[in-house]
Amino acid sequence: MSEAVKLKPTPRSFAATQYAAGFVTEIEQETLPPGLNEDVIRRISAMKGEPEWLLDWRLEAYRHWRTKREPRWSMVRYPPIDYQAISYYSTPRRKGDGPKSLDEVDPKLLETYEKLGIPLREQEMLAGVAVDAVFDSVSVATTFKEKLKEAGVIFCSISEAVRDHPDLVRQYLGSVVPITDNFYAALNSAVFTDGSFVYVPKGVRCPMELSTYFRINASNTGQFERTLIIADDDAYVSYLEGCTAPSRDENQLHAAVVELIALNHARIKYSTVQNWYPGDENGVGGIYNFVTKRGDCRGVGAKISWTQVETGSAITWKYPSCILRGDDSVGEFYSVALTKNYQQADTGTKMVHLGRNTHSTIVSKGISAGHGCQSYRGLVRMAKSAENARNHSQCDSLLIGDRCSAHTFPYVEIKNPTATMEHEASTSKIGEDQLFYCRQRGIPEEDAVNLIVNGFCKDVFNELPMEFAVEANRLLAVSLEGAVG
Amino acid sequence: MLKIENLHVAADGKEILSGIDLEIPLGEVHAIMGPNGSGKSTLANVIAGREDYTVVEGSVRWRGDDLLAMTAEERAWAGVFLAFQYPIEIPGVNNVYLLKAGLNAKRRAQGLTELDAMDFMALVREQASRIGLEEDFLARGVNEGFSGGEKKRNEIFQMTVLEPSLAILDETDSGLDIDALRVVAEGVNRLRDPERSIVMVTHYQRLLDHIVPDVVHVLIDGRIRMSGDKTLAHELEERGYDWVKAEVGGA
Repeated sequence: MSEAVKLKPTPRSFAATQYAAGFVTEIEQETLPPGLNEDVIRRISAMKGEPEWLLDWRLEAYRHWRTKREPRWSMVRYPPIDYQAISYYSTPRRKGDGPKSLDEVDPKLLETYEKLGIPLREQEMLAGVAVDAVFDSVSVATTFKEKLKEAGVIFCSISEAVRDHPDLVRQYLGSVVPITDNFYAALNSAVFTDGSFVYVPKGVRCPMELSTYFRINASNTGQFERTLIIADDDAYVSYLEGCTAPSRDENQLHAAVVELIALNHARIKYSTVQNWYPGDENGVGGIYNFVTKRGDCRGVGAKISWTQVETGSAITWKYPSCILRGDDSVGEFYSVALTKNYQQADTGTKMVHLGRNTHSTIVSKGISAGHGCQSYRGLVRMAKSAENARNHSQCDSLLIGDRCSAHTFPYVEIKNPTATMEHEASTSKIGEDQLFYCRQRGIPEEDAVNLIVNGFCKDVFNELPMEFAVEANRLLAVSLEGAVG
Repeated sequence: MLKIENLHVAADGKEILSGIDLEIPLGEVHAIMGPNGSGKSTLANVIAGREDYTVVEGSVRWRGDDLLAMTAEERAWAGVFLAFQYPIEIPGVNNVYLLKAGLNAKRRAQGLTELDAMDFMALVREQASRIGLEEDFLARGVNEGFSGGEKKRNEIFQMTVLEPSLAILDETDSGLDIDALRVVAEGVNRLRDPERSIVMVTHYQRLLDHIVPDVVHVLIDGRIRMSGDKTLAHELEERGYDWVKAEVGGA
């Protein structure tokens, strides 16, 4: 019985108050002046001491980006973005080569993490979660590296990976999301400053859950992190990603790219709790979250699972996807997205079946409150080669109040007659009847709303690692404060 | 005691209750009978605090508290329980979790310590077995996929755990077969107590064979037209509600 399980308090929580992460850290920043051109890219690359091939790759991406236009097909509306007004590099200033251990990290930074509820020092002792914390553009501390090293797992910032494991990076970078993929992916490829890199060697089960916390701190900077995760044959890794950003009146751009590669019988589980600043109750400020996440089941019997809980950002544009290339490979997408106030989200997934006997599952739960506008957009494509492919999609929307909206755009392309595809969708309102039932049993109205919403999300929360599930619960509760009545 | 005076209630601009006067002392079981559309369920829901209705006039007091000034949850904390005619499904919300949240909110409001999971589960298991509910039933979603009879049994189960001082049963007998009716009636009878009032809203006299009321009221067109002892229910069964109308004169 789930009730009898006592959950230990999680070491980090986003959910203490309305937007607890909305403070700014006063710390000296090294920031490039706003603007983007080839010189800026050369400077970024030079500051990071990158090899020639990577600079060329960036420049090619930049040139491609200049020929592209922002996508306008999604159900989100925002004023034009001036890409020349953004600073593309920001790093905490520090002595020498960067911290070798936590002791060398600026205490103010550590304080920031404490406020966010990520006590790195405690993390070292606590239940096996290694944290690669990215503060603005540069990774400042990586814990547990040693223990991972014993297992042969590489977990470091992508900058370090470029330096220490250039062959791996060069082999896989851009192999899932090419620089020509889309406007934001091209921009990210040109200017990405940091992010995480994971390589799990053949037959290794990563001994702990890996976790990265990204944080946008400096004003007027975009964050363009790049994450690359490779699970070699028969390897397994579970990766957790949490995001917060301070409250500011202006909008900030976040255009990340995440690439996952699963080889033969490898499994990758990627979980996200995204709580970027959503803007205030009038829709002022907030993060524009334009993210490209894609996994490639490159080997036979590979499996990639995306689980996301999206409560933040003024605008979310994000479709974590799976390319099911290997025969018998499996793709999963479990999503909870909440939009309230004036938040807009256009999110979903793409499942591209290429191999035989490939299976995919999509469970999407959208909650819309206030003036929130939310769309599920999903593509299931089964190629001619995808003999006996199967998909099951379930998209449910829950509306709170009568000024919000929910939309569903399922795209289906099936080119093989043996394929099976099921799609279920529902839209419901939190009923007065449900609320009254709970309140009659003595449960206060706000708790009742949380109870009903959490019930609605249960299928997705069950997919999260337990700590994250607890956090997701609390995050939803905080996000829903004042959503009713 | 429950004291209702001159209660007028409207919904969508139409008057449904037109001056109810009713007193139910502690320790008594009263039945409210009446034809369809007479306002029985409205009365039950207004006492429990449903907001779809407008109270135009009158008062509802429970042990001195002005119920109409309280929210639905405050009324629950004051001991009011409504066994719903149509218990609603809440998908994904664990049946027992809902009950625990309700019970502990009530205990907090009463200044009692909350029950921990162990004590709560012991209580729940005991009450569930008394009402003939299987363990797996407890772990299911609230009323999710329950049969009509299971939903009604779940209401009585919740009632026995929450131990209300004022229990209102809205058409609890509808949809129950004879065996289930007996189990439910036993559950209610166990709750009869000098410190508890029970109101049974029902259409038929059938339930009253199992839960024998102290007083029977007849509600027609939004008013209590007649009150009497348990024999009134039998008389109604034989002669129908038109007989009451003829006795007291048309509205």
